[in-house]
Amino acid sequence: MSGAEAVDLPPAEALREWLATMLLIRRFEERAGEMYARAKIGGFLHLAIGEEAAIVGSARALRPTDYLVSTYRSHGHALVRGTPPEAVMAELFGKADGCSKGRGGSMHMFDGKRRFMGGYGIVGGNLPIAGGLALSSAYTSKDEVTLCTLGDGACNQGTFGETMNLCALWRLPIVFLVTNNLFGMGTALERHSAVTELRARGEGFGVPGVRCDGMDVIDTYQKVCAAIARARSERRPMLVEAITYRFRGHSMADPERYRTREQVQEWRARDPIETFPARLIAEGKLDQGALAELQSRARQAVDQAVDFAERSPFPAPDALYDDIYVLGDQVRGSYSLRTTEPHEGGPSERSELAGDGEIARQITAALATGQEARASALELPEAPVGGAEQEAGS
Amino acid sequence: MAELRYREALREALREEMRRDQRVFLMGEDIGVFGGAFKVTEGLLEEFGEQRVRDTPISENSIVGFGIGAAMAGLRPVVELMTINFALLAFDQIVNHAAHIHYMFGGQTRVPLVIRMPQGAGHQLGPTHSHCFEALFAHVPGLLVAVPSTPADAKGLLKAAIRDENPVVFIEHESLYSERGEVPEDPDALVNFGSAAIRREGSDVTIVGVSRMARTATRAAQALADSEGVSAEVIDPRTLRPLDLETILASVRKTNRCVIVEEGWPHGGVGANLAALIAEQAFDYLDAPIARVSGADLPMPYSKVLEDIAYPHEPQVMRAALGTLGRQPARDGA
Ligand SMILES: Cc1ncc(C[n+]2csc(CCOP(=O)(O)OP(=O)(O)O)c2C)c(N)n1
Ligand SMILES: [Mg+2]
Repeated sequence: MSGAEAVDLPPAEALREWLATMLLIRRFEERAGEMYARAKIGGFLHLAIGEEAAIVGSARALRPTDYLVSTYRSHGHALVRGTPPEAVMAELFGKADGCSKGRGGSMHMFDGKRRFMGGYGIVGGNLPIAGGLALSSAYTSKDEVTLCTLGDGACNQGTFGETMNLCALWRLPIVFLVTNNLFGMGTALERHSAVTELRARGEGFGVPGVRCDGMDVIDTYQKVCAAIARARSERRPMLVEAITYRFRGHSMADPERYRTREQVQEWRARDPIETFPARLIAEGKLDQGALAELQSRARQAVDQAVDFAERSPFPAPDALYDDIYVLGDQVRGSYSLRTTEPHEGGPSERSELAGDGEIARQITAALATGQEARASALELPEAPVGGAEQEAGS
Repeated sequence: MAELRYREALREALREEMRRDQRVFLMGEDIGVFGGAFKVTEGLLEEFGEQRVRDTPISENSIVGFGIGAAMAGLRPVVELMTINFALLAFDQIVNHAAHIHYMFGGQTRVPLVIRMPQGAGHQLGPTHSHCFEALFAHVPGLLVAVPSTPADAKGLLKAAIRDENPVVFIEHESLYSERGEVPEDPDALVNFGSAAIRREGSDVTIVGVSRMARTATRAAQALADSEGVSAEVIDPRTLRPLDLETILASVRKTNRCVIVEEGWPHGGVGANLAALIAEQAFDYLDAPIARVSGADLPMPYSKVLEDIAYPHEPQVMRAALGTLGRQPARDGA
């Protein structure tokens, strides 16, 4: 696909806003990690630290009426669409004011008003849903495009081929952004994919693909813009592979045995929240004072989000059965299907996963206190036999 | 009233709802040009065109997922899965997404999607094409589950399903498509979910029959009256979620005996669940243990002689009903 060059660079003010959003995401993720270490957040927590350029560059190519669909690594996608950091943090805290009312957690953010159509915990499960949103745009002859993010690992799911084919066959206005961070959990790209040029993976289905530098917000923006423009005008699916890297573990319980410290350091040297402001400063579009101001605003916004999440109430036990069904003529009250009262509460039973959660907290705490302790240096128990350990890190 | 076959009643429901509401459209394998594997959608492509009657590739999980996305965006998709066996490939989207999205996203979005599929044994299709999986879907909160056994219910429930705001798993039966019955012509006649039908009144024993087994139970009840002097009440729950437990309990309180007939497997089946609910809520009324008649607990075999004895017929139902009365069949063969 040519023509990426043809996409104009937005004005300096917009570039500063991108930077502000990247800083917000970074700061948010860091604080979320800290809050996880302090057991304010439960379950799995997947941080997108290192991937901010890919998130902001792609999402800023959208119009407000376009749809965005993401994965379980989706805090940044909610934030970039304008979901208040308060609502995202409250969701992580499991609070009533969370953007999914505390029902979804880290993996299941949603903000329909802003057309952020969800984070999804099933790898590859979001693809057909995004296809369906694009189908609705085609069906109603609306000018909207859907942007669907997926990981490198998700390219090996059956839904990948199914969805590419359907979208190409039906000429749907959709862009797939493969966030290739070189690993699916601990499995390196070349260990999970025979064809590692993921850009090309859609082509056999009729979905043209390009690569962009996912550490470069401008390159990402331009390539995704070009893809979106074609998707919108030619009514066809497009794919962009953003090469990026996550600086933190897959989730909080990841001892990172699958990669070297050197590799992480090499990629950290390309940290988008360092390189992008440096570039803006070099181009005279930002000065040190303005950068410091943006950084402090990001910090403040996240502090406020944490305060808000702390103060937000937990969902009332009475709300346990709300929203299972849309109530109406057929379903006259969730009570009609209710077989049990809400259970008593009390000290929650900890599953085997609790052990890993504890390890995760130790790791996070170690990282948070700046002792860059390699997680593998911590004593890890033998992985339990059975299903739990596979999900432990996911 | 018009006399229609079950498949025609379904087609009428689709046609009427598509005429009524532009948002309603169909997706499925071979539903358009081919006319549907069971000919339910025959003629609809000609009337509504390719935009609204969409032949799909063989991609069950994604077809359902596309339906979910389209429903979230405000459309009213009706997805046909060729048979329920292939719904297993779509279990991820049906359970993880269709059923959970409304709850998981705090009520912000809804999934008014209907997923139609037929089930059932009797055509010598062997273990991958013959099972009844209503119990799998009835297990899942967030789904509505319909199991119509008559043309009138097929039409009335399908129309109600399409108009409902929740995801509906709509389970047809392969052996019923050619059955005829009186069907209301009023395009606004709906059958509400959660209302069981009493197919036959009686006083000695309650027989609950699910999906096609509602008909088997009705025939068994006739035979019980004719040859055994037993008055059986037959209840067709029509939907399993929501379940009209009240009607079933009222009947059991009257007859004091209950037989549950289903074509699916016994372990964790619809009957197991219903027996538990009845035991919890009407134990004092029972004069005999609840009896279950179910499909055999095995993969459905191909050979006709084996297949025939692997799912319930009237004699087993009669025997079970008589058993609750402490009796043996008068004649052998029952
Ligand atoms: C269907 C399914 N299988 C397995 C998992 C567990 N899991 C969660 S994330 C993940 C790796 C996905 O990698 P990738 O698609 O590259 O995304 P990334 O995490 O790198 O952003 C796995 C295996 C899951 N959530 N869903
Ligand atoms: Mg990855």
